[in-house]
Amino acid sequence: MSAAGTVREMSRKRKRSAGVAAERLPSHGELRRIAERIFKLSETEETEVQIDVTSDALTRFANNAIHQNMAEQSVAVSVRTVFDGRTARATTNKIDEESLRRVVEASGRLARSQPRNPDLLPMPGPQKYAKVRRFFEATASATPLDRARMVKCVAALAQENDLNAAGIYTTGAFRSLLANSRGLVAEYEYTRAEFSVTMMGEDSSGWAKANEPNVRNLDPEELAARAAAKAAGTCHPREVEPGRYTVILEPAAVLDLVGFLFYDFSATAVADKRSCLNERMGKKVMGENVTLWDDVCHPLQLGAPFDGEGMPRQKVLLVERGVPRNLVFSRGTARKLKKKPTGHGLSLPNEYGEAPMNLVLEGGTSSLEEMIASTERGILVTRLWYIREVDPYEKVMTGMTRDGTFLVEKGRVTGGIKNMRFNQSVLELLSNVELLGPAVRGAGEEATEMVVPAMKVRNFNFTEVTKF
Amino acid sequence: MTDLMLELAGWAMGTARVRGATYADVRVMDIRQRDLSTKNGQVGTLAESESLGIGVRVIADGAWGFAATDKLTREGVQACAARAVSIAKASALTKRGKLVLAPEQAYADTWQNPYVKDPFRIPLERQLELLLAADKEMSRVAGVTLTETSMQFRRIEQFFASSIGSAIHQVKTQSGCGIVATSFGEHEIQKRSYPNSFGGQHMLAGYELVEALDLVGNARRVGEEAVALHKAVPCPEGTQTLILAGDQLGLQIHESVGHPIELDRVLGQEANMAGTSFLTIEKLGTLRYATEIVNVVADARLEHGPGLGTFGYDDEGVPAQCIPIIQNGRFTGYLSNRETAPVIGLERSGGTMRTESWSRLPIIRMTNVSLLPGTWKFDDLIADTDDAILMETNRSWSIDDKRYQFQFSTEIGWEIRGGKRGRMIKNPSYSGITTEFWNSCDAICGRDHWTLWGTPNCGKGQPMQVMGTGHGAAPARFRNIKIGSAFVK
Repeated sequence: MSAAGTVREMSRKRKRSAGVAAERLPSHGELRRIAERIFKLSETEETEVQIDVTSDALTRFANNAIHQNMAEQSVAVSVRTVFDGRTARATTNKIDEESLRRVVEASGRLARSQPRNPDLLPMPGPQKYAKVRRFFEATASATPLDRARMVKCVAALAQENDLNAAGIYTTGAFRSLLANSRGLVAEYEYTRAEFSVTMMGEDSSGWAKANEPNVRNLDPEELAARAAAKAAGTCHPREVEPGRYTVILEPAAVLDLVGFLFYDFSATAVADKRSCLNERMGKKVMGENVTLWDDVCHPLQLGAPFDGEGMPRQKVLLVERGVPRNLVFSRGTARKLKKKPTGHGLSLPNEYGEAPMNLVLEGGTSSLEEMIASTERGILVTRLWYIREVDPYEKVMTGMTRDGTFLVEKGRVTGGIKNMRFNQSVLELLSNVELLGPAVRGAGEEATEMVVPAMKVRNFNFTEVTKF
Repeated sequence: MTDLMLELAGWAMGTARVRGATYADVRVMDIRQRDLSTKNGQVGTLAESESLGIGVRVIADGAWGFAATDKLTREGVQACAARAVSIAKASALTKRGKLVLAPEQAYADTWQNPYVKDPFRIPLERQLELLLAADKEMSRVAGVTLTETSMQFRRIEQFFASSIGSAIHQVKTQSGCGIVATSFGEHEIQKRSYPNSFGGQHMLAGYELVEALDLVGNARRVGEEAVALHKAVPCPEGTQTLILAGDQLGLQIHESVGHPIELDRVLGQEANMAGTSFLTIEKLGTLRYATEIVNVVADARLEHGPGLGTFGYDDEGVPAQCIPIIQNGRFTGYLSNRETAPVIGLERSGGTMRTESWSRLPIIRMTNVSLLPGTWKFDDLIADTDDAILMETNRSWSIDDKRYQFQFSTEIGWEIRGGKRGRMIKNPSYSGITTEFWNSCDAICGRDHWTLWGTPNCGKGQPMQVMGTGHGAAPARFRNIKIGSAFVK
């Protein structure tokens, strides 16, 4: 039987385990009762309560065996009080009466210690939110044995292919409540399942990763098979000269590069003159085929439909056919700049204002195969690594390729190459996009999850090559 | 707090043993933090947090399990310990080989770092006043478009107990602060930070650290340099002599020595995210890592200094040690724990297991990975250098997943010509291959110029853990280094 066949067979034998499931999360009703206790304890003008409860688990494997395996249950109760134009936050993970009293007092003491802030707004009243369903019982009730059985399948696939597998399989459930003394109540719950795998050969490696709210939509075997195929395809890597290349970036690589733009769309970042969009709004700084939204309700997105103050998150068109059109605004920034809040504020108090957290980059119709077939000479990139900002205004980022870098010649993949360092402006990258694939929910390591397509880009700037 | 911690640990250890654990260790941690920041003359963040919980790590059926909770009732702690054992038994489904821990003695001890002024007892008003004064001083410089300041204080009280009989109580108090001036103009953003970028300087110390750093006294210079950078000479591209200031060299050590010597990386345990290492085990004792003048240690002991990697015992109950990493240029040691030490034939763990909080597994982390001082006076080093660039204060850092090829850029550079410091250079960057770089070092400044820098933001592990590490460094000179490629259009 082939390795893939073995995996399928083992998968069929998989059963729901009776092992220790994640601990039950407190209900929203229970969280509301904690908030009510805090409101009774607070004697300040206004009080805001944020409660987050977590039941998370992560199984980690390397060398084809589980080497770390953990579970965590926790609560965080965060209180923000307002006193005569001053505000501050205190947080605890203890919910007994004395601890709640102390956290309220600490918040008030912090608030009183500072000068008055004339820009501080009253807390918002009750709001209406879009409904999103992102909590799945199958994920919340996954057990260590479920995860271990799947890792065993993946390890078997690796061994049959003379590969060494390392990765994670994580499942978790989260519930949160944001409420304030003006009657605002915002509730959110979600689950998250994620699988990431690196397959390593003697001189090659491949990687694949995905996450889903519903564990039943996650396919670790498929991801493992994909990573194994990449490891097989990159053995005996050649060295190519650094320089300008056409690149085909898989969604994870697009996500990790483009994701660095997110804070540039903050109205506060532009006002502070630290955004690359400063003096560029309304100007064509990207290609005609680039349109970017922030949309928490997109079916492939995750995230609460409200911001750090409880304002409803709105869908915002950030870039329209290469032209930056809109920024996002918290209530405070909107007031200062005479705009309307968009529901992207960060928890107060903070100096950063707001940020879009649910980016959706519109895709196209080209398949990865079509991108490869249309490339005379180029590089196919699976994943990028250790990306850092070199030039904040030109948005030049540096980083390395990793775990699946291929040479494309005359319309086909001709083998693996040694990993390369790039120094590439993201604005220039988005001006040089030749083809776009369908937008998918990307999963990388450097940026928060976004909905992004694969893309073919000309003139990508590789500056150096490493030894493997 | 110690009595409560002792009781919680006892409940967990008892349950783990009854459920079948052959080894167990428990960390009860109480973490308190204060964060203050200002921006453009106004208070930004003003927050305090506290977090108390327990993490239980066990071996059962020959495999590891870990569970953590903040439900600190007897039932909550016992359920947590039972969960850790169940998880270990699930891990056993794919275990590979026998799990052997290096022998270690049992310790009953208490340890805390010395400090002069408790930062949590300094009035908030006074702390904010200092930050706002530094902020104001930077904003007085024409051309500065953004001013930012910050302070952070952390106290970790923890109790460690293990089934070999250890009972260790430690209290660590940490302080840090920094300022940043940013200038936007002529279509570029330039910034200067003090005393270091990305949060400033952090040490295992009290508020005396903040007072000694004199943020207000340095604020105007920081603002002026940020503005002056717009008119500075661009960094040339080519191969040249490089002098690194201590702040940048600290991060160079972190990335190109500290991470590759982590034995869990070397053995593939971090391959999926942080990566592996070029320092495969046959290189121990044989690799010429650097020139003969280079000596690096991983030293967690207080006598090395109050660094972010200083402690009494690691989070596996192993006492702080000094491990020689590079001796006269030769590679001599890894960062190890009780599990990985026997794999390469070591008799004892190097004592480098650390955890971010009660809810995370301890993993191998850098302690204070420091370049030992050389003999040069800084002025003599400059006078001895004909043609070089001096680079100061990190701006960006990146290195491949085996820790070979790196690229750094810094906030500011200075021409060195004919033994004298000359024009200011903007957008400086350099790159190289780790061992080639360290084998080009021909001068290291002495103890008078040596600082134990704190890196408070080192990320590693899955789930990600952020840890503070220490890096002692004095300015040093490197020959034939590739510079300027980061900004080539």
